[in-house]
Amino acid sequence: MWQRIFALILKELTALWKDPKTRAVLLVPPLVQVGLFAYAATYDVSHAPLGIWNEDAAAPATELVRRFAGSPAFAVAASIDNPAEATAALDAKQVAAVVHVPQTFSADLLAGRGATVQLLLDARRSNTALLLDGYASAIVLQYAQDAAPRTPAPLVLLTRDWFNPTLDPQWFILPGLVAVLSLVISMLVSSLSLARERELGTFEQMLVTPLRPLEILIGKALPAMLVGVIEANVVVVAALLWFGLPFVGSLWLLEAALLVFMLAGVGVGLAISAFARTQQQAILGVFVYASPAIVLSGFASPVENMPAAMDWLSRIDPVRYMLVLARGCFLQQMPLAVAWQQIWPMGLIGVVLLGIATWAVRRAVV
Amino acid sequence: MSTFSRMHGLVKKEILQVVRDPSALLIAFLLPVVLLVINGFGVSLDARHMRVAVYVEAPAEQTREIMQALDASPYLSVVRIFSTTDGERLIGTGDVRGMLVLREDFSQRLARPARWPAQAQLIANGTDPNTARILEGYVGGALQTWLGNFAIEHRTPPEGGVALEHRYWFNQELQSADFIVPGVIAFVMSMTGTLLTALIVAREWERGTMEAMLASPAGMAEIIAAKLGCYFVLGMLSMGISVLMAVTVFAVPFRGSLLALGAAGALFLVFALALGLFISTLARNQFVAAQVAFIVTMMPAMMLSGMIFDIASMPRWLQIGTFLVPARYLVSILQTLFLAGTVWRLILPNLAGLAVAALLAIGATLAVTRRRLD
Repeated sequence: MWQRIFALILKELTALWKDPKTRAVLLVPPLVQVGLFAYAATYDVSHAPLGIWNEDAAAPATELVRRFAGSPAFAVAASIDNPAEATAALDAKQVAAVVHVPQTFSADLLAGRGATVQLLLDARRSNTALLLDGYASAIVLQYAQDAAPRTPAPLVLLTRDWFNPTLDPQWFILPGLVAVLSLVISMLVSSLSLARERELGTFEQMLVTPLRPLEILIGKALPAMLVGVIEANVVVVAALLWFGLPFVGSLWLLEAALLVFMLAGVGVGLAISAFARTQQQAILGVFVYASPAIVLSGFASPVENMPAAMDWLSRIDPVRYMLVLARGCFLQQMPLAVAWQQIWPMGLIGVVLLGIATWAVRRAVV
Repeated sequence: MSTFSRMHGLVKKEILQVVRDPSALLIAFLLPVVLLVINGFGVSLDARHMRVAVYVEAPAEQTREIMQALDASPYLSVVRIFSTTDGERLIGTGDVRGMLVLREDFSQRLARPARWPAQAQLIANGTDPNTARILEGYVGGALQTWLGNFAIEHRTPPEGGVALEHRYWFNQELQSADFIVPGVIAFVMSMTGTLLTALIVAREWERGTMEAMLASPAGMAEIIAAKLGCYFVLGMLSMGISVLMAVTVFAVPFRGSLLALGAAGALFLVFALALGLFISTLARNQFVAAQVAFIVTMMPAMMLSGMIFDIASMPRWLQIGTFLVPARYLVSILQTLFLAGTVWRLILPNLAGLAVAALLAIGATLAVTRRRLD
């Protein structure tokens, strides 16, 4: 039996490798995606274009404006003189925010009346607006303290960020990519290999060989899992060598988790292809499954922000568990008990789906 | 045969193909709905009830008030812990996003103005940097609230300092759905547009029916026009559904002109469909076509269009690269039309970008298909 399966695996791998175009799409996308994602995916804001609307010529106002200009969060992009100009600049996205220093600012400040600065934010990008508001508050607060040194505030808040002390966004996105890329590739390889055989009619040929349905599925599943694990490791190596991520946890735990995760990914792929009659339907199935699976996993935004229904739905999403494991292994010493809580649901999802796929293939035989 | 009757035949063939093959209809109508629902509800950057552990080593009157202020924050959900080890464990398992530690020294210093400031320590789980930053903001905000009350109660001299007054334009409540959903429409359109033609035409090449059509008296331009025309109608319908869903299901305001929306959508669709044709002509194989469509449309449309991530924060070389991603122009137009209004100064240059992209894609497709025949 294993000899037959081995022969099938060999055939699958040869089929994938011998076509140069297929080979290229197996190799190039992960590298392109790693490059794009790692550099593009940041929620942090720096050099946001800022409009300066300063109506006060006195020194305190100039000093405040200078601080805004010197902050790495902002880059001065426009000088504004009146409300119409402010509106126009914000409307046209020429600036992300306008800081307005009113005429009476310095006088109010020197008289101890309490001065006001206005910040107009383009909230079309709500997250950016929120962060810029935070940066501006910090600048103004620091300025106020320096301008009028008095008794210190009753308390200060010191923050330390564990696992990612500089809050580097690449440390967040790359472990996530390990999971997402290997999922997409393993699903595509597994679902298309079965669907192609069906579409071309070679599936029937395979059914008349001594191979039994379960053996066919194992022969289809293992190569796809192998491709997925290799892709995942390409991303791991790129993350460690090129992007300089730390690897604090256990590599063995990560590899073990990846294997179980691939079982689930291939399970989805085979289950889709068991019901698809053409490659096109299989590809569509993969897309329709992959996009929610990625969105709901917490890859780009935290699961806990989602409505309860989405949170529940994400519990049948293997990517959700793999993300916790990948981030855990890269950045922290993950307790085995916590890791196990993530591993068994993925295994369960994989086994159930492979069962469905076997049932569907067997039904095709009878 | 006249051009007209040939076109009539070609268009009829495409329509029949669409109606009889469920996958085109699935791509055009089901996919947008699924993508919008999942992304619109799923991608939320508004954190509510963020779980934070609080450890108070020496409870005192002030720390009780601080606890009340933390409890009162709608953004935080406070978990009392009785040792920092508990907190470390909870951070490790991901049960809380961070831990606020108020040492004995904190309570003592806070009670005596001479020894101010007392240091409160926040340990955040930095695995998710954005959430860590937001947590810091929320905890800081709750402490500020307490400080404000404290100043009033204790009649400390009024802060003669500087107040920052902020106005959030276009999206006062900072609803992240209002910002995400218009972007998702652009994403949906790049996906449906390219997938529609990439997959369906790759199959024609794979099965040899494309060559059969090219051998017919119909000219290359006519075949392409008929294909683009049919899928164009499907794509526009799918955009209509998306916009309708955005306004009804997600209650995103629409403040711009429908004309500008139609123009932007149409130009973008022509680009996406032509790109799909181009990919399928080069790939001639559905697996390769699907993968390439994924890399050149879906990925950039999500990552480099400004749909989620701010282009201004990317490295300079990547910012320049985003000009090559037509989804960028569409996202910009959509976010403006939905939330701000018809700002022609912003819309016209972006429309021009879309037009250039559409022309280039059509030109490339014509060139490649012609060469294929030789």
